[in-house]
Amino acid sequence: MVSIALLTSLVPFFPLLGFLIVAFRSKQLSHGVTSVVACGAVLISFIISIILFTHLLGITTGEQVIRVTLFDWISVGNFTASLSFLVDPLSSLMLLIITGVGFLIHVYSIGYMHDDGGFNRFFSYLNLFVFFMLLLVMGANYLVMFIGWEGVGLCSYLLIGFWFKNQAYNDAANKAFIMNRIGDLGMLLGVILIFVHFGSIQYSEVFPNATSVDTSTITWITILLFIGAMGKSAQLPLYTWLPDAMAGPTPVSALIHAATMVTAGVYMVARNNVLYALSPIALELIMIVGLATALFAATIALKQNDIKKVLAYSTVSQLGLMFLALGLGSFTAGIFHMATHAFFKALLFLGAGSVIHAMHHEQDIRNMGGLKKYLPITFITFLIGVLAISGIPPFAGFFSKDEILASAFEHNKHNKIVWAIAVLASLLTVFYMFRLLFLTFFGKPRADHHTIEHLHESPKSITIPLIVLAILSVVGGFMGVPEVLWGSHWLSGFLAPVFAPSTELIEAHHLSHATEFILMGTVVFFTLVLIGIAYHRYVSRNHVPAADNQPLGALPNMLSNKYYVDELYDFIIVKPLYWISGLFDQIIERSGIDKLVNTIGNSVVPLSNVARLLQSGGIGYYIFVMVIGIVVILTLAVIR
Amino acid sequence: MINTIPIHYYLWLAAVLFSIGVLGVLYRRNAIIIFMCIELMLNAVNLVMVAFSSYMNDAAGQVFVFFIMAVAAAEVAVGLAILVMMYRNTKTIDINILNRLKW
Repeated sequence: MVSIALLTSLVPFFPLLGFLIVAFRSKQLSHGVTSVVACGAVLISFIISIILFTHLLGITTGEQVIRVTLFDWISVGNFTASLSFLVDPLSSLMLLIITGVGFLIHVYSIGYMHDDGGFNRFFSYLNLFVFFMLLLVMGANYLVMFIGWEGVGLCSYLLIGFWFKNQAYNDAANKAFIMNRIGDLGMLLGVILIFVHFGSIQYSEVFPNATSVDTSTITWITILLFIGAMGKSAQLPLYTWLPDAMAGPTPVSALIHAATMVTAGVYMVARNNVLYALSPIALELIMIVGLATALFAATIALKQNDIKKVLAYSTVSQLGLMFLALGLGSFTAGIFHMATHAFFKALLFLGAGSVIHAMHHEQDIRNMGGLKKYLPITFITFLIGVLAISGIPPFAGFFSKDEILASAFEHNKHNKIVWAIAVLASLLTVFYMFRLLFLTFFGKPRADHHTIEHLHESPKSITIPLIVLAILSVVGGFMGVPEVLWGSHWLSGFLAPVFAPSTELIEAHHLSHATEFILMGTVVFFTLVLIGIAYHRYVSRNHVPAADNQPLGALPNMLSNKYYVDELYDFIIVKPLYWISGLFDQIIERSGIDKLVNTIGNSVVPLSNVARLLQSGGIGYYIFVMVIGIVVILTLAVIR
Repeated sequence: MINTIPIHYYLWLAAVLFSIGVLGVLYRRNAIIIFMCIELMLNAVNLVMVAFSSYMNDAAGQVFVFFIMAVAAAEVAVGLAILVMMYRNTKTIDINILNRLKW
């Protein structure tokens, strides 16, 4: 029997090995070998994750954690930073999602990327990404987490700009990287502040001592860390990179920009739940940002016509909901929604990828329609995904979303505005998701004749991951059935040890079962009504969104232009930055530094023309000068 | 007997010898004369050393003088060899002929 410690360190090892093999043999390896190596590496990690998970479940006495220290990395004075891993219920859950969903997406990519020239490069990036993501969630200190944090950002950049011959895609990759850098700076400052105040960056030393540091410091730390989460998890105001990140291949959007990397911020906040629980201000901030993002992105998604853009804004909106849950102090609900979201959003993206694949890289839903009879498996799985995200019972999204809405309702006894906005955001989600579904799969085909002739269901490597994810989207919610529906909420019991220190700090409210029933019923009722409206509008009346050049009303125009946020950022940040750099280029660079250097260079020649006269070649003269020199030196010495 | 001659006599003599050496080096163009003047300066220094050595009752100064004489002998050997080569090449020993050491 191999030791648990060894197994734990093998989890990130295999994707790294896969990356090294594929990356350094990318010219020689055939597509088949690459697929086996890359998928196999993630599959092995997944199997080990299951073993670790069952091992954790088996621990009944004492702490439910596995701690592994590989080696001390930095050791200065009494500060040590080690490369060490921590597997507790939270990271174990993350491991299962990352390796499980990651494996399915790897398999999907075999079919999706099969005729792409960069097949091997793509898989090497994917494996590298999985490696860094595992480091992020397994790290037992902030340093290892930060390495993973930066690493996934790098892989995100590489994969968004995967088709680097298209300059627009490169710009999108740059945008993602720069936006993330802004957040990462906050993250880094937060970690430094933790080190300054706690003298350690090990979770096991920081969390128990959290109460000994004053609240304002904790608030600063938590807000700085949250700025990192804003960048990585695409929250207001740093969200604009995520919709542009859709430039990457669709499996990338599913894996990185829906299921795993963008949830790193949620994981990070949940991991630091003790610190956040100590700072009501930070929690309030997270709640507001999450709520605003959820509503803001949901409204934009209403008017997007690119199948992946709709899903991207939906992801931003759902991430907002997760942060709302975290901000309300119900960390379990946030993690729960993250898990179910990983299933159904990966499913939706992969389904969208299947459609795009079948339509020969057409992404505009105005040119689709009627696809359900050509792509039956894609249609059914996509439908399940849409039902899950809309929160139709008993699909996965229903339970997790309902839990968030319930905690929003109990947040404030007298003021239900938070709950109302959250409900509005989730109802908007229902509408735009069904709009997407109806426009894509229902009605008459709007594609050109040639495309329709070639429409065909995607290969097995694409449909099987879809089916598996669809099953997960159906049953995924059962890990957190609330008591009101005669469940036991297994997930909250499982995660309880992780969140135990913060549950002590945040006062819990409990709704009566009757209230909870009414809330659920109301939301489900309005959900069904909205589905009906969407059906009426997009199927019965065959409404198709207007072409780009047709005039819209003021509000739709604003929505389809994403509230002009990109233009605003361009105007208040990018343009002034270019202007200032232009100014610096002209004044400081050209007429300052350049002029100084050139003047020095130019004055050397005339000066040396004078200086060379000293060197006449006459020996008598040299000796004379030497004697004078000696006399002067001696005189000075004597005078002194 | 040496005690009867005060130290500053030696110093004046050495100073005069040294100055003659310096002026010789500066004024004359004949390389051999310049060479001799350098020797004159060296010997002025030697004289000072010996005088002080006796005055202070310290043998170290006289040891230095031996070193200087040995080095001077070596220097003369090299220097005269250079002069021979110079004469062979230019048929003169006027130092102003050697004015090519410039940029």
